[in-house]
Amino acid sequence: MSSKQTVNPKLETQNSKPDRHPMDELLREDRLPHIWCSGCGIGVALTCFIKALQKCGLDLDKVVVVSGIGCTGRVAGYVNLDSFHTTHGRAIPFATGLKLANPELKVVVFSGDGDLIAIGGNHLIHAARRNVNMTVICVNNFNYGMTGGQVGPTTPPGAITSTSPYGCFEHPFNLPYLAAASGAVYVARWTTLHVRRLEKSILEALHKRGFSFVEIISPCPTLYGRWNKQRTGLAQMQYYHDQGVIRHGLDPKEADIGLHGEIIEGVFVHIEKPTFLDFCSDALAKSVG
Amino acid sequence: MNGEGVLTGEFFMMGDVACAEGAISAGCRFFAGYPITPATEIAERMAERMPQIAGTYVQMEDELASMITVLGASWGGVKAMTATSGPGFSLMMENLGWGIMTETPCVLVNVQRGGPSTGLPTLVGQGDMMQARWGSHGPYEIIALAPSSPQELFDLTIRAFNLSEKYRTPVLVMTDAEVGHMTEKVVIPPPEEIETFPRRKPTVPPHEYLPYKADDDLVPPMANAGDGYRFHITGLTHDERGYPVIDAETQDRLITRLVEKIRKNKDDIIQLEENGLEDAEVVLCSYGISARTALWPVELARREGIKVGTLRLITVWPFPEERIRQLAGRVRAFVVPEINYGQIALEVERCASGQAEVTLVGHAGGDIHEPERVLEAIRRAVR
Amino acid sequence: MKYWRKPLDIEYLKIPRGRIHILKERCKGCSFCVEYCPCDVLEISEEFNAKGYHPPCVKDEEACVNCGLCEMLCPEFAIYLDEEEEVPVP
Repeated sequence: MSSKQTVNPKLETQNSKPDRHPMDELLREDRLPHIWCSGCGIGVALTCFIKALQKCGLDLDKVVVVSGIGCTGRVAGYVNLDSFHTTHGRAIPFATGLKLANPELKVVVFSGDGDLIAIGGNHLIHAARRNVNMTVICVNNFNYGMTGGQVGPTTPPGAITSTSPYGCFEHPFNLPYLAAASGAVYVARWTTLHVRRLEKSILEALHKRGFSFVEIISPCPTLYGRWNKQRTGLAQMQYYHDQGVIRHGLDPKEADIGLHGEIIEGVFVHIEKPTFLDFCSDALAKSVG
Repeated sequence: MNGEGVLTGEFFMMGDVACAEGAISAGCRFFAGYPITPATEIAERMAERMPQIAGTYVQMEDELASMITVLGASWGGVKAMTATSGPGFSLMMENLGWGIMTETPCVLVNVQRGGPSTGLPTLVGQGDMMQARWGSHGPYEIIALAPSSPQELFDLTIRAFNLSEKYRTPVLVMTDAEVGHMTEKVVIPPPEEIETFPRRKPTVPPHEYLPYKADDDLVPPMANAGDGYRFHITGLTHDERGYPVIDAETQDRLITRLVEKIRKNKDDIIQLEENGLEDAEVVLCSYGISARTALWPVELARREGIKVGTLRLITVWPFPEERIRQLAGRVRAFVVPEINYGQIALEVERCASGQAEVTLVGHAGGDIHEPERVLEAIRRAVR
Repeated sequence: MKYWRKPLDIEYLKIPRGRIHILKERCKGCSFCVEYCPCDVLEISEEFNAKGYHPPCVKDEEACVNCGLCEMLCPEFAIYLDEEEEVPVP
């Protein structure tokens, strides 16, 4: 079996015809290239999400993406699905409203660590407690990127940011621990380097009934990385390579991330629990008949 | 309770309960709220009634969440409402702004109480009227209705839903602790007599749909999430495609349309109740409970021979500027009793443009006006 | 390729081949694709795109095994693969 005789392949691939990327059908191509920096991992997170969507078998007309404010929040503007770019921190309750109004919708919240955990922290824990059926993808780049790299609730102790010039002196949240303790039924953490496992995890989360939470550790070379000795996206990816370790089923309590410390990845929680709507219909069946 | 939407009949009903029933009669099938005196009864009634009519009641963790959850439910295709009082109203402001900017129909009921801050949880106030107009940041127009009785609270809640769907905007029902907690006769008509305004859906196929391309009345048709239109909605300044465009030109185009959408349709939106204005020398202009408590002093003043007419603002925002200007041209004075230190009175004064005197009969909150104070103000107005 | 012993099913084994497409104008020069290609197929080119970045170019196309890592790791949707006809194991 010989390879096909074609025009010199090297020339062909370097020919800048207006190609269509296979994921363009799920992107708003008229808005590409997107606004994220060179080396930023949000694009990678989005790529894995779209790959998972293309494989999930769900009706894409019923998939709705809700985001908040911030760099990751801009994801909603680039997906070719019904998408909502809501107020800072309130993507999760908005998603709750959508889901309860129309249970046929598949609601995905795609937002950043500052948006979901700081201002949105209260909503995260309550939605997890209620076990509202939605998938939350939290891109964690350890700072508030869009506004210039301020300290956030996931910034490791000692890290330099624009509002912690002497090093962060707060303990960060351990997101898988927070989500698990609040009652999430699926909790996972991956980095933007471990793309295949990330895609698989997003696929699992999409098919999971209940509140699923996927944290994606992502580079922010322009700000967090630059001030903390990881000046390029590549340097941060190398850090994930060196310090990333996979421990499925680990008690999320053990998954803290210190400055330049170990990043424990994996699927930590994968349980079954009745959802909010399950309770609604059960209770009503009993009381109203 | 037999599980039907519209509870046709005559009832002796509390204002808050009438409000919930009005919403249900208008087609509301989603309520997200948080307990707060004196609006809690609306939530409790909704918690009881929503499941009976296949609606949803969810008690959110705070008022911020309640407001944005209502917006989400609206985009999910369901008529949605929340209810609160002063402190919660303040919390809802940012998300109210998102609702205005994205043109999301919904109803927000504020059962006003004494303020500011925690104030007087169980006692009346009317101190949120300017906040209703300008509480969220940025330039915008808003619709706010002010009922004066439980029956009117029922009727105006229905009207609020209709206006919100017709003009694709959140609509406020600014009631107060007195009307909310008073129990009076409320007549609920049969469903065929209740006018409800359906959501205007797009008439073009998905690939031609522009979420913010307006029809002639400046209101764009609205697709719901999951209808297959694949739109993007953002609170950032956006163009007709719904995509964020951050420049002054787009801002001008968008905000002008949002503002004109209400202003152009003022005649349809504004409702006033007038009495005895043909030959009036003094106009008693008020709204909500204060308009009602002013009826007795007005009657007394008439008996004293004072030519006083009443102008009750059923719609407070948009403010009936033209009517005030017209009246200012031929009356001597306006007397404006309200339970605050001058909010709607300022608007009356602005529109009167010095042509008539405007006297505020203010009140810090906690009680309704004593008739003697209002009567004295009317007397002084004609001296 | 040197074998200690030739595998019995060597005639049936095929190595996948990929054809690389680069959307040069979308690239922001992050180098993820170049760094993480397991077969060392790509390198950063000398040319500039409109935004001033150096997009990657194919150094050794025959080596591409269509693993798809470049496509997954690219944050910009600027590179993708087509499946080419498989080649026999040499």
